[in-house]
Amino acid sequence: MLEVRGLTVRYGSADVLSNVDLTIGTGEVVTLLGSNGAGKTTLFCVLSGLVRPSAGTVTFMGEDLARMRAGRIVEHGIAQCPEGRKLFPQLSVEKNLMLGGYVHRRDRRAMKQSFESIIALFPALEAKLGAPAGSLSGGQQQMVAIGRALMARPKLLLLDEPSLGLAPLVLQQTLAAVAAINSTGTMVLLAEQNAYAALAIAHRGYVISDGRIVLEGTAAHLRQNDDVRRAFIGA
Amino acid sequence: MTARFGASRVVVAVAIVVGFVLPFFIHNPYYQQVIVDGYITAIAVYGLNVILGYAGQLSLGHAAFYGIGAYIVALLTTRASMPFWPALAIGCVVTGAFGYAVGALSLRTRGNYFAIFTAAIGVMINIVLTNWQWLTGGNIGIVNIPSAGHIGSISFDDAIPKYELVYVFLLVAIAICTAIRHSLFGRTLLALAGNEDLARAVGIDVTGAKRLAFVVATVLAGLAGGLYATYVGFLGPETTQTDVTFNMLLYAIVGGLGSTAGPIVGTLLLSTLSQFLQSFEKYRMLVFGPALILLVIYLPGGITSAVDRFRSRARSHDRFEAPISSATESKVSS
Repeated sequence: MLEVRGLTVRYGSADVLSNVDLTIGTGEVVTLLGSNGAGKTTLFCVLSGLVRPSAGTVTFMGEDLARMRAGRIVEHGIAQCPEGRKLFPQLSVEKNLMLGGYVHRRDRRAMKQSFESIIALFPALEAKLGAPAGSLSGGQQQMVAIGRALMARPKLLLLDEPSLGLAPLVLQQTLAAVAAINSTGTMVLLAEQNAYAALAIAHRGYVISDGRIVLEGTAAHLRQNDDVRRAFIGA
Repeated sequence: MTARFGASRVVVAVAIVVGFVLPFFIHNPYYQQVIVDGYITAIAVYGLNVILGYAGQLSLGHAAFYGIGAYIVALLTTRASMPFWPALAIGCVVTGAFGYAVGALSLRTRGNYFAIFTAAIGVMINIVLTNWQWLTGGNIGIVNIPSAGHIGSISFDDAIPKYELVYVFLLVAIAICTAIRHSLFGRTLLALAGNEDLARAVGIDVTGAKRLAFVVATVLAGLAGGLYATYVGFLGPETTQTDVTFNMLLYAIVGGLGSTAGPIVGTLLLSTLSQFLQSFEKYRMLVFGPALILLVIYLPGGITSAVDRFRSRARSHDRFEAPISSATESKVSS
C-alpha cells in the first residue's frame, strides 16, 4: 500500500504541498479532488520521482520512494498516466505502448502478454497500432496513455485528470476501463476536477486545496458533502 | 505498399553498388579525394545524427572527438609504429571512453548547458592539441602518417582500395545508425528528445540512454578521425576547431536531422559544392548563406524530408486513386 505522511514540497519560499497525509490500501480506487493549481500534479510528480519532497515520507509496499529515481519507482510498481495524456506524438501507437514497458524490456514474453491484455482492454487501438499517436482522437489518445502506463504492469496506477477534454460517452468508457483495471487488483489514484465522474468509481477520496488536504472520506460521504457538491459538482 | 517497400530496397541496393564501383569511373584523383573526404566527414556526421537527430542533444564539441580519434591513430602509427588496424581500434575505444567521461559530467545538464559544456570541451581539446608540442607537434602537427597497410594482395596505398576502405566504414556507420533507429534504444532516444520528463515518468533511464547515445556519437567521430589521419597522411590541430563542428552540424541539418540518408546527402552535397565554389574564396558564403536560409524556411526537415513528403503525397494519391481505378475496371468488365 501507499502511505504519504507530512509531505511538503517547497519551490523557493512557496509551499506547493504542505503537510499532506494520504493512504491507498490494497485494491482501492482513491480520488484526489482539487481545482487547477491545488497541487494534484505536484503530488503525482513526487510519487513518480520527478519532484523531490522538501519534507515528509512516501512509502510504497514498505519502501521509501522519496529518494528513488523515476525509473526505479516504475520498476517498483507505480506508473503514471499524466495530465493532458502527453504521448510521444511522432511515434506510432505501438511504439508508445512498448515504451511503457521499458522497465521490463528484457522480459519479452511478459511484454507481449501485457501488450495483448491492453489490446483486449482497448480493442479500438488494434486498428491504430501503426498510426502516429498524435493523429488519434482525444479518447483514443487517452486509451494509449492508460495502456502505456499499464505496460509497466503497475501495482498502483496514477491517473491525472483523465476526463480532461473527453466527450461524456468517451469519459464513461474510460472510467469503465479504470474500474476494470482496478478489478484485477491494481490500486488507482485518480486526480480529478470532475468529482461526479471520479466519485462514481472511487472507494474513498481526498479534497486538496492550496497544497493542503482539507477533506477526506468515503466516496458516498464526499458525494453528500455540501462543500464538495458546491465546488466540484455544481449542485 | 509492398511494391513501394520493395522499390525503396532496390534503390538502396543500387546506391550501394554505385558507391562501390564509382572509383572505377572517376579517375581524376582530385574528384576521388573530394568524395572520400565527404565519406569520412559523413561518418562523423552520422555520429552527430545519433546524439542530435535522435536524442535531441546539441553537441558542439564533435570535432574535438574527431580530432582525438585522428591524433591517437596518427601518434600510434608514427611514434609507436603500431599497425593501422589496432591503432584505429584503440582510437575508437579511447574516444568512446572520453565521450563516456564527458557525457557522465555534461549530460546531467540539459539543452543549452550541454551545448555550452561540449563547446567548452571542444575548445579545451583544441588548445591542448595546439600547445602540447612535444606530443602533437603543435601547429605543425604530425606528418608521414602511414596508410592502412594491406590485406593480402590489396594495398591501401592505392587510390581505389583506399576509397573502398572508407566506403565500407561509411556503410558500417549507416548500418549502425539504422539499427539504432529501429531498436528500442532508438525509440527511447526519440522519446526523450520529444519530452524528457515524460520519458523519465514512463521509466526510461534518460541519463543512461543519452550517455550511450553520446558514446556512439563520439566513437563514430573517432572512427572518422582515424580514417582521416591515415587517408590524408598529415594532421594538424585545425581538424578540431569549432568551425569543423559547425560544418558537420550544417551537413546534418541540410541533409535532414534524424533521417537515415540525411548525413550522407547533406555532407556530399555541401562539401562538393564548397569545393567547386573554391574560386569564389570567402565570397562563396554569399551563395551558401541565402541558400541555407531558403532551405530552413522551405525545408526545415532537410533535403531528405522533401523526398519523404513526396513519397507520402504519392502514397495518399495512390489511396484516392485505387477505388476509382477499380470502379472503372468493374464498369469496363460489365
